[in-house]
Parts: sequence; C-alpha cells; structure tokens
Amino acid sequence: MSLSVKHLLGIKELQPQDIHTIFRTADNFKKVLQRQIKKVPTLRDTTVANVFFENSTRTRISFELAEKRLSADVVNFSASGSSVSKGETLVDTVNNILAMKVDMVVMRHSASGAPWFLANHIDASIINAGDGINEHPTQALLDAFSMREKLGDLKGRKIAIIGDIMHSRVALSNIFCLKKLGAEVVVAGPPTLIPKHIQDLGVKVEYDVKKALAWCEVANVLRIQLERQNKPLFSTLREYAMFYGINKDMLQSLKKEIVIMHPGPINRGVEISSDVADGKQSIILDQVENGVAIRMAVIYLLSGKRDLVE
Amino acid sequence: MKTLLDHNQLNITLQRLAHQLVENHLNFSNTVIIGIQPRGIWLSDRIASLLRDITGKEDIDYGKLDITFYRDDVHQGDIHVPKNTEIEFSIEGRHVVLIDDVLHTGRTIRSAMDALIDFGRPSSVELMVLIDRRFSRELPIQPDYIGHTVDTIITQKVKVYWAEKDKKDEVVLID
Repeated sequence: MSLSVKHLLGIKELQPQDIHTIFRTADNFKKVLQRQIKKVPTLRDTTVANVFFENSTRTRISFELAEKRLSADVVNFSASGSSVSKGETLVDTVNNILAMKVDMVVMRHSASGAPWFLANHIDASIINAGDGINEHPTQALLDAFSMREKLGDLKGRKIAIIGDIMHSRVALSNIFCLKKLGAEVVVAGPPTLIPKHIQDLGVKVEYDVKKALAWCEVANVLRIQLERQNKPLFSTLREYAMFYGINKDMLQSLKKEIVIMHPGPINRGVEISSDVADGKQSIILDQVENGVAIRMAVIYLLSGKRDLVE
Repeated sequence: MKTLLDHNQLNITLQRLAHQLVENHLNFSNTVIIGIQPRGIWLSDRIASLLRDITGKEDIDYGKLDITFYRDDVHQGDIHVPKNTEIEFSIEGRHVVLIDDVLHTGRTIRSAMDALIDFGRPSSVELMVLIDRRFSRELPIQPDYIGHTVDTIITQKVKVYWAEKDKKDEVVLID
C-alpha cells in the first residue's frame, strides 16, 4: 500500500508518511521533467477527468500537463458552457462523465466540502483541486516540496503565511501540511482576515507583518481574495499594501535573506510588490515547476486504488 | 535451501564478470554501466569498483536506473514507490551495459530498455546478470554476461546476499 487514502481530498486526512511518500515520488518525476523526453508510459491505461466548476489557470494546466506526462488520457470539463447551467446536479454531472469509463476525477468547486460529498457518491478516486475556502491540497504539497528543496527537512523550520488567511484554502492546507512535517507556523495579516481560534491548529498569530518576516525563514504570501469577501474587511487595497504588503525595503531591513513564495495569481503591488515577486529571493516560478511533479506523484500514487474489474 | 555461490565463489565470479567487461570494452571511453534499481545496484556497485581497480580509470560513467514508471504491471498489484534514477551523463551513441542481480522472466529488462531509450539512443545495449534463471523467461531476452546459470521452477526463489547490507556474500536457492 502506497498511500493511506483512496482520494486526496484534504491534507487533513493524510499521514505524515503519505506526504513523505508523495515527495519521494515527486523527486523522481521532477527528474523525468528535466529530461529531453518528459514523459513516462506509466498511466497509459488510465483516464482522468479535470472537472472545474471554478476558474483556474495554473492548477488546471498543471494537472493537465501532469496527466499527459504520465501518458493518461485527459478530458476537461468546465462549468461554464456545460449542462450545469441547465440545472444538472454535481453527482449527475460527475456520474455521466464516469459512465464514459473515466478512472479519476480532479475537481475544483466553489463550495467548501464538495469533494467529500462527491467521494460519498462515486467510486472513482477524487483529487481536490481546491474547494471554496477549505483546502487546496496539491498546492500545499508543492509549497512544502519547494520549501524542502530550499531548506531540507522542514522539522523545526520557521514558516510565515501572510495575507488573507480567512478566505484562502491555500492557507489552511499549508497549515495542515507544514504542521504534519513538524514546521513552526505563524500566520500574519490584518485581524479581520485571520479567523478566530486559528491557534487551535497549532499556529501562532502575528498582526505585525514585519515581525513575522523577522522571525521566519520562508514567507508564503497569499493573494487577497476580493471575490470571496462579501463585506469590506479593510478600507482600501492601497491601505492594505501600505501596512501588509511585502516590498523590497522590508526585505532589505531584515538582517537575513528569507525565501519568498506566492501560490499565484499575484496582485502585484497589493500583497507583494513586483521587485519582490521577481527578485532573487522569490521561488514563485519554482513552485509552478514543482507543481507538475507533485501532481504527477499524487495521480500516480492514487491510481492504484481501484477496484479491479476482471 | 541450497547455496548456489558461497563467499569465495561469488567474489571469483564478480572478478570474472568485470574482466569480461574489460575484455570487450577496454578502457570504457565509450561505454557506460547502469545498474537497475533496487537490487541490481549492489551488483553494479561491486562491478564499478572492480572496473576502476582493473582499468585504473576513476571516471567510468556509472548510473542507476529505476524502472517503476515503465513496468507492465502498474495496476496489477500495489503501487510501487520509485527509487532514484541517477544518470548524470549522456547515453547517446554510447555502449550501455545494463546490470541486474537475477534474470527471471525478463520483464524488468524489457522495462529497463524502455526507460533507457527515453534518455537517448545508445549505440548498443548489453546485459549482465549474476544469476540467470534460464527456462523461466516470458520475453525473448538473453544476457551477454552471466555469473551463474540455474534451472529453477517458478515457486523457487533466488536470494542474493551482499556483505554491505546482509553481512555476508552468498547466493542461495530457496524452495
């Protein structure tokens, strides 16, 4: 048995050992991706459906490339332009896709918990590509994988997650993942964007971003998710940028060089300035590169858990 | 249980295999050796070190190949977690010697050749094995360098012990 789970719904359900197995496998896929022939025949018997009920650039392309580099067959579905607008339910939509002999489903949905609901109703393995404000497990895995590349073992390392903690599924998955790997985590941002009782997850809260930066070795800066904020939580973007945005002066005032990460898409000049995002401390594009290897690893490791039909 | 090769026999066999390689490839200027993960590595490590002793050449290209992603039974059992592939040189136009400990059905070697070709087009590929379980082949694959040949039935197992991990050098046949 390779992973303790049949689906990748959230990091919350994974054992630390699962995360290490995914990393070890991704190390090998990363080497495959650096070769001239960036493809292996492993999943030529597998069909994967990418079912996206919410917009995505990176995650969707990354999953599709991962599937293709594993030689899987791929079908893409997006809610806009589909029969969802005619009132078809989630389970019906997915079951109809599965009826066409699809083995795995990669799903993004705006409703938190949608992949768990689906897992109770279908047999195929499900990979959560982001559900509402809940989890985005492959992003957390690729973030931790990128940190591990920079720092080695993450046990005892100091990671700050900065920005819109409240609405970010990346934040929650990152917290679960980093804690399982033994890292120390601080979340930082304005009080209105940090959920109450988040300390119960074993993280510390810091409202002064400069203090968080001075403490950490890695700062994972998150996007302000205006589309999910249905009431004003700070006065203006300019004010947010002034008090909580990461800029070059802040980094230079530190007596050390920290690693800067961002899961994208970036609001340049809001949570992070362009010179930081494009600077030499930034590993934002390494994260994107690692995303394909991580997703190949997850798809490969979950592809085994199927009921064999003889 | 029957001993096929004891400590002395195994080491004499390794010497012979290494010398046979030198006989055919002289100074290894255009030859690379590649061990197959996981168990072939113990043999290829020994062969690589013997080759360095015999030729006096320290920079013989030596790599390790994991075939997990090329197996033909990916979804017939548990999913395998890969070991490392380390091929830090080009194999394009070069002679490759694949090394594994036991040759049985030939399926591992089939996978290894597929994996190898994705790194480039070698000029030729040869196969070295310590134990050849002839008559149990499921694919038309034959070794070029053989340490020891045994006739076995499918229920028997050949186990190779290496001093580095098992505290002894020995090959045994288990019924």
